[in-house]
Amino acid sequence: MYTYSKEHKLYLKRIKKEKRIVILFQVLIIISFLVLWQILSDKNIINSFLSSSPTKVFNTIIDLFKDGSLFKHINVTLYEVIFSFIVSSIIGLIISTILWLKPIISRIIDPYLTVLNSLPKVALGPLIIIWVGASTNSIIFMSLLISTFITIINIYTSFLNTNSSYITLLKSLKANKRQIFFKVILPNNYYNIINALKINISMNLIGVIMGELLVSKKGLGYLIMYGSQTFNINLVLTSVVILSIISYLLYFIITKLEKNQEKRLL
Amino acid sequence: MSNKLLSVKNLEKYFHDKTSETKALDNITFDLYEQEFISIVGPSGCGKSTILSILSYLEDPSNGEFKYSKDITIGYMLQDDSLFEWRTILDNCLIGLEINNNLNKETKAYVINLLKTYGLGDFINKYPSSLSGGMRQRVALIRTLAINPDILLLDEPMSKLDYQSRLAISDDIYKIIKKEGKTAIMVTHDISEAISMSDKVIVISKRPGKIKNIYNINLSDKSTPINNRKSKDFNKYFDKIWRDLDVHL
Repeated sequence: MYTYSKEHKLYLKRIKKEKRIVILFQVLIIISFLVLWQILSDKNIINSFLSSSPTKVFNTIIDLFKDGSLFKHINVTLYEVIFSFIVSSIIGLIISTILWLKPIISRIIDPYLTVLNSLPKVALGPLIIIWVGASTNSIIFMSLLISTFITIINIYTSFLNTNSSYITLLKSLKANKRQIFFKVILPNNYYNIINALKINISMNLIGVIMGELLVSKKGLGYLIMYGSQTFNINLVLTSVVILSIISYLLYFIITKLEKNQEKRLL
Repeated sequence: MSNKLLSVKNLEKYFHDKTSETKALDNITFDLYEQEFISIVGPSGCGKSTILSILSYLEDPSNGEFKYSKDITIGYMLQDDSLFEWRTILDNCLIGLEINNNLNKETKAYVINLLKTYGLGDFINKYPSSLSGGMRQRVALIRTLAINPDILLLDEPMSKLDYQSRLAISDDIYKIIKKEGKTAIMVTHDISEAISMSDKVIVISKRPGKIKNIYNINLSDKSTPINNRKSKDFNKYFDKIWRDLDVHL
């Protein structure tokens, strides 16, 4: 075990202190937001029917839990998000690889990729329902439409930006394309791929909720739709709160992957 | 001199872009013998690195030819150390053997031995980020030596280092290459570096790069690069090459 110098101890202390300040303020912000929201609605400064309150949201969650529908809806949404996340990530990786292998294909499809990516996919909602049917399939289809193109673009761009001297080095060793891909392109872009996946997971969440708003009978998007149609603002806000927690957790899991890799490298 | 390893004849290279065609190399002819150390000096942009790219089959010549006397392995060392940050020092040095499917117990032991011999034994399982610029360059050289090349092509291997490290590393690299009995061609823009390390210096003109002169370096008291700089013949060669390069700003 090392014995650190006094200066180093101070340095470690400062880092710890900063970390504590960050967490303290993060907690403080959420608590004061909740407290303020509660007080404003208790004192009738804001209309509690229209803007609900933390206790009402909490009670709604308990009610949903008691009648067993809480996890039913969460599971449906999670299943759709994770399924389309996996599919779009795999498609994204495969297509980026093909584009990297055959740059001419990338030049040919470049304008199409750009248009497909920037086209507001909600506009296709009604069409998707007609083509795929009013089912889970069209929700997943919508989610894939929204997430896949941006994932392809992000991963492919990072492949292109790989340090060219790494590639020259391998070429001078007479490496083939497969070796260049697995020895350099993939490991060199580990963090970029993780970043693309972070964006991908939020895109899938957006896509699934959008799909659920359009067609579903289950899921958090459905709860939001149902809540707003019956003017049950508690239900709408409750679903939004649950969604925020889910999106944070999904993001957290992917960040964890990144941290593990960093630890290995230190 | 011993056996001829490489002969280069009338090499020419053109570069193309949409609006023009540029002649980069013109009539490059020279021979390389076993265990010889040749430097190629010239102003930046004269195409001297292109010679190495051609000799390592990364680019094709437009005209002319070059021939190795036997089936040889080439070790190419780039300007940039190009160490993979995600691999340990040892794994970085093993990349060539992996690519050529030559990685086995013996070759691995050979590489470990090289690392230990040249002062990197303590860093075998460390990552490149923990090394200084000079040490990284030494690792890059050992990575180049790992595939046991017959000829080393060095493309300004020290140009990214500070002056002191350059002097030290050029001494290092020279000693390692001599000790392992390797043949080398080094491209550099540093006249002193070229004279102090080489048996032969080829001076290339501005674009299109032509051979202006070839000097056989015969220092009366030849030893290591740093000591060679003190040789009384050193300045004589320096002046000649300086005049050849005809530098105007």
